[in-house]
Amino acid sequence: MAGTIAIKNGYVFDPLNEVNGEIMDVFIKDGKIVRELSAAELKNAKVIDASGMTVMPGGVDSHSHVAGAKVNAGRSMRPEDHYKATLQKTALTHSGSGYTVPSVYKQGYDYAAMGYTTVFEAAIPPLEARHTHEEMRATPLLDMGGYLILGNNFFLMRYLRDGDIEKAAAYVAWMMKTHKSYGIKCVNPAGVENWGWGKNVHSLDEANIHFEITPRETIKGLSEINELLGMPVPLHLHANNLGHPGCFTITEDSLKILDGVKPRQNMDVEWAETKMDSTRDCSVYLAHMMFNSFAGTTWGDCESGVKDIAAYINNKDHVVIDSGCTPFGEATVMTGDGPAIQDMYKLTGNKWSNTDVEMEGGSGVIPFTYFKSNPVHSLQWAMGLECLLLINDPWKTIMTTDSPNGGPFTKYPEVMTWIMSETFRKQTFSECHKWANDRSELGGINRELSLYDLAILTRANPARTIGMAHRKGSLGVGADGDVTVYNINPQQLDPNNYEALLQAFRKAEYTVKDGEIVSVKGEIVSLPEKRTYYSEVHVENEREKEMLVDVKEWFRYYTLGFANYPTPEKYLANPTPIKVNGER
Amino acid sequence: MTEGVLINKNEIESKLEVVIKPGSFTGESAGEMAEVVLIPKKEIDIKVEADVITPDAFAGKNAEEIGNLEVWQGPKTYPLSEFFEVIGNGGSSAAETLIRMKGDAMRIKRIGEGMSAGKIEIEGSAGMHVGTEMKGGEIVVCGDADSWAGMEMTGGLLHIKGNAGDHVGCAYRGKWHGMKGGRIVIEGSARHQLGGGMDGGEIIVEGNVESFCGIRQNGGLIFVKGGALRAVGAEMAGGTIVIGGKIERFSPGFEFASMENSVKCGEVELIGDFKKFTGDYAISKRAKGALYVVADANPEL
Repeated sequence: MAGTIAIKNGYVFDPLNEVNGEIMDVFIKDGKIVRELSAAELKNAKVIDASGMTVMPGGVDSHSHVAGAKVNAGRSMRPEDHYKATLQKTALTHSGSGYTVPSVYKQGYDYAAMGYTTVFEAAIPPLEARHTHEEMRATPLLDMGGYLILGNNFFLMRYLRDGDIEKAAAYVAWMMKTHKSYGIKCVNPAGVENWGWGKNVHSLDEANIHFEITPRETIKGLSEINELLGMPVPLHLHANNLGHPGCFTITEDSLKILDGVKPRQNMDVEWAETKMDSTRDCSVYLAHMMFNSFAGTTWGDCESGVKDIAAYINNKDHVVIDSGCTPFGEATVMTGDGPAIQDMYKLTGNKWSNTDVEMEGGSGVIPFTYFKSNPVHSLQWAMGLECLLLINDPWKTIMTTDSPNGGPFTKYPEVMTWIMSETFRKQTFSECHKWANDRSELGGINRELSLYDLAILTRANPARTIGMAHRKGSLGVGADGDVTVYNINPQQLDPNNYEALLQAFRKAEYTVKDGEIVSVKGEIVSLPEKRTYYSEVHVENEREKEMLVDVKEWFRYYTLGFANYPTPEKYLANPTPIKVNGER
Repeated sequence: MTEGVLINKNEIESKLEVVIKPGSFTGESAGEMAEVVLIPKKEIDIKVEADVITPDAFAGKNAEEIGNLEVWQGPKTYPLSEFFEVIGNGGSSAAETLIRMKGDAMRIKRIGEGMSAGKIEIEGSAGMHVGTEMKGGEIVVCGDADSWAGMEMTGGLLHIKGNAGDHVGCAYRGKWHGMKGGRIVIEGSARHQLGGGMDGGEIIVEGNVESFCGIRQNGGLIFVKGGALRAVGAEMAGGTIVIGGKIERFSPGFEFASMENSVKCGEVELIGDFKKFTGDYAISKRAKGALYVVADANPEL
């Protein structure tokens, strides 16, 4: 029977159920985790003997650039990224190419080979939602969804400036439905709009041109809408001044704006059984923290500001961060933060692209290489790991590389191993520039994360933080049957033997999706259906009508007609709406 | 024949004395070499991707095993013996293996790709990507070489007796780091973007080049005995270019530095009257490229 399987005798790490390395069996029936299988069911079920191995829920990536116009721009401007990284087709799988910006097929296979089953696209400009969904639909094996870029949106900036929070909320609710997207993303709030005029904003209280709204007001307003509607995700924040020496202060101040905001996740879904409360308890998701944590005033005197932000987060309970680690080597930087890309062009002289997304935002792409010999790049490597090691509570951290900005997601095994092995960190210190040690605190940290911690950082916490823990990130009864089996025996785990860890993380022994084995030792063996999640936010008809009058009036400034704006469901693979109750 | 290669037989008579030391690009001489001869069996329509034709791949194999090596033609793979009769066995190492390709190999791509030692002699012309990424050893092309000869090579000697196409010693499309080491000698002329993104090594052209010679060069030496069309050294940040003949349209981002009577770079020494320019300052003000032109041939500069 498809989707029915028993994974026996593995050491299970399931943090949302407080299971820490106990030898247990995991049963999946028709794609869902069940308590047990009957004798008759067991007879027909597939069985994985996981004895001596590590069993975790399927990997969940809460921030990765995997689909849409900017990813595709990266692909087309980087033939050199593709000609060496090629994948031959097999009877089952499609051919593919690309290292930092792989083609959609390769992307799906590569994620699954590492044990990941759920990936959320970090930035969807509304105008590019159709394109994004087309690519997500074509990406095999991964359950997906994405965040809508709303931090410099004309309609919202006007509503927020006028203090019309109800219409603003109705607009967001309508946009989520219209573009089949999942949460609110806020990129360089108020600043990207200024970039349309060749400028930026540099402090939280600097009002932008024409809309006269400040980053502080934008962050506050969007968060208010977020909790008013009861969105699954906290406000997904890419803070101002990203990538500038000294930016850590504005980052910390941005987090302070949302201190005291009560998280209100109001979803009408079936919840998998978990011991811990699996609703989200934070009001802000700080994306790729490393890039927002530079201290100093220039690239000559810059140093890590991670410890300051980490100290703040350690004392508060409203923040979850993802790290945005930079594991050295090739990367392709892509972001909705247009001015940040121009800054990087000025630094590197590389080829680059920039786009003005009409009334909604901006975007840019530039290839980048992180060198071990470069002082700043070495410091960035250390800072990314500091983000995960200086914040004490693993439930406040998520491991990412902001793929492919800090490096491609295929480098996750390196990052996982660095946070688990001080020896591996020391090895890298010996290979890279001394700034990594001299200008950060990483060298003095001897913390080594456990497999349980790792399961929090790569499964339980991303799922819980983005509101997917009702079906992802745990092995509780009712959860999706997504499981990773790593060839790691926790009883014999030796963090000093980092080569063994790297090997195990690069190719999961088994990846199981919806109860079907999809990959064995990195080889794709089946291609079950995938799903796309989006927030179907309820909003009262009257309010929606009032708001749409404004939208239709202003819509004449777009280059497309109103009727062509929405993304129909046919663009989604197995569209799976999540009912968000809004004001009901 | 490289389709459309510019053949300019007008020898440029310049007062230029050239000393090129043989260098040690080909590595230790292995003494006695085992010889493998490849004789074409038929006319080839779709070009064949034959990156297996290297001393490295042939070493330690007999004729039959060599014939069984796989090559791509369009979407299909075939044994090498589909296209060539193989005579002779490989040596015990790459350095002890000599490959002689009889006839014309213009429709055979990627000959000698990534080779580390040994020697390949091509009687006729070679297809695209000959000597791409070669690390050592020697390739001699008696005829012409199609585009991308010596792309991103890091060592060894690629000797082309005829003309070469575009992108000699260049970086792959989209990339700006090309040849890093070794030497390319072209007895005829070459076309566009010779040495694009070059980081190191030497390219010596007896004849002329067309546009964008040394574009985005970072290091190494390009010496063109003849003339160049335009945009020589565009966006170069480092390295040396010497043009013996006339540059038809000079790049605007270079500044005159000094008059020099010799240029010495690696194993190459040139004596003559040179105008030295530095640049290209069109984009970066920190550029450290050096562009020498023979004074007589470029009186207006």
